[in-house]
Amino acid sequence: MTYAWDWLIFFKPSVTGEGLYGWMLVRGLGWTLLISLLSWLFALALGTVLGTMRTLTNRWLAWPALLYVHCFRNTPLLVQLFLWFFVVPELLPPAWGTAIKQLAPTTGQFLTVVLCLSLYTAAKVAELVRAGIEALPPGQRAAGAAMGLTQVDVYRYVLLPQAFRTIVPPLTSDFMNVFKNSAVALTIGLMELTGQSRQLSEFSAQSFEAFTAATLIYMAVTYGVVLVMRHVERRARIPGMLGTASG
Amino acid sequence: MSFCRLTAAAILLLGPSAAWSQSSPTLDKVKATGVVAIGTREASIPFNYLDDKNQQAGLSWEIALKVVDALRSRLNMPDLRVNPVNVTPQTRIPLVANGTLDLECSSTTNNTERQRQVSFSNTFFVVGSRLLVRKDSGIRDWPDVAGKNVVVSAGTTAERILRKLSSDNNWQVNVVLAKDISENFLMVETGRAVAAMQDDVILFSNIARARNPALWQVVGAPQQREAYACMSRKDDAVFKAMVDGIIADLMRSGGYEALYTKYFLKPIAVKGGITVNLPLSDDMTALIRDPNDRPYQ
Repeated sequence: MTYAWDWLIFFKPSVTGEGLYGWMLVRGLGWTLLISLLSWLFALALGTVLGTMRTLTNRWLAWPALLYVHCFRNTPLLVQLFLWFFVVPELLPPAWGTAIKQLAPTTGQFLTVVLCLSLYTAAKVAELVRAGIEALPPGQRAAGAAMGLTQVDVYRYVLLPQAFRTIVPPLTSDFMNVFKNSAVALTIGLMELTGQSRQLSEFSAQSFEAFTAATLIYMAVTYGVVLVMRHVERRARIPGMLGTASG
Repeated sequence: MSFCRLTAAAILLLGPSAAWSQSSPTLDKVKATGVVAIGTREASIPFNYLDDKNQQAGLSWEIALKVVDALRSRLNMPDLRVNPVNVTPQTRIPLVANGTLDLECSSTTNNTERQRQVSFSNTFFVVGSRLLVRKDSGIRDWPDVAGKNVVVSAGTTAERILRKLSSDNNWQVNVVLAKDISENFLMVETGRAVAAMQDDVILFSNIARARNPALWQVVGAPQQREAYACMSRKDDAVFKAMVDGIIADLMRSGGYEALYTKYFLKPIAVKGGITVNLPLSDDMTALIRDPNDRPYQ
């Protein structure tokens, strides 16, 4: 191997004249965090609704949710993103399509990625929520009904609060996946962290430093998620449920 | 670079026996493994591409094959195997630097940043960045793109030049980034950008491959020339001298012009026969007269 290492590359000015190389990574991290956190919020909200719908006995609500989960969970994220970005604007009425395409490039790319990632992640959250509800003893639902609660109240006060506590650990890994999945943004030209490290590697020819830095940043971010979720898990734990019960 | 020329001259003068006195990691590896790994591209027309019969072809690919022939006779290994490795603009430099590839001939620009990691042969093609636009777009020259969306492939020299042109002239261009050559064209085709900026030769080949080539044209004076060259391991003067010699011989013997006509002026076997139609530029004529390995940047 004849690679010439240069760890100080991050503090050298970029050939594009847009500041230091290190700033490219910082800007990329900013996009990664913004895309991921927004998508996660939308995915949690939508996923909760869809997951709940899947456990209902009303088939007019349960089936659309099932169809949604199948479509979004069973196709590659990259394909979905290309469909949203390149195909959907062509299928809309021409005036709408043109309006979408005339958005400032970064705005258009950002909105597309957030939409795509939210819908994709929502399908996964929906499955977790459904699993969480179905894992509860059937007596819970029956007891709620026996107390005269409406179905909405049974879900709101009895089923969902317990289900959410049960699914915190698997939710953690989906939360981390959002950060990693956000790297697809680079394929439509939004330069998030992975995209910027590729740029850095192209412009400076120091590929290994660029990708090492990106790896470490991703690890730091996901470790942050682990810490936050561990805290949530501890606070939300129901004593006596899920193994060790420590106050 | 004169050192390399001297090395080349020394090899020619002293014959093959003297060349062995200098070690060459590339030749050693090829000799030991019986395989030469060559970086190539699938859709960089007409430099490297898969033709209609799914065979690797192209100007750069043929240059690489000439190097393989030279290796076969030099190492006396008639059954030396070629391992073609598909690369992307992002992977090609690390793969040469870490020794996966022995040679990469595609459409890679020789510049000083990259020379820190790899070594570049004699230049075999000179390009300049221009604009591809729809004929009815009203864009005739560089200043017309002010305030508009212009697409470039991420990480290319075109991106740097566009950002610089835009900030120097206060054009406020919206730089749209595309992942690769085909997506670059898709961005203008679907109207997300009014112009695509790239190496002129790639623009011409994109037009040749377009559904309706008559819709498109290339405008604007070429910005900042770039030298395409083959990459090999850094600090392997022996192998570099060998590749340099092959390219120089090709240019002096007239073989290069024959290759140029074959790939740039005559139909090639892509999509049932397309013609890139790019006449030989003045820069290219000068290069053929004086083969060299000087980068422009």
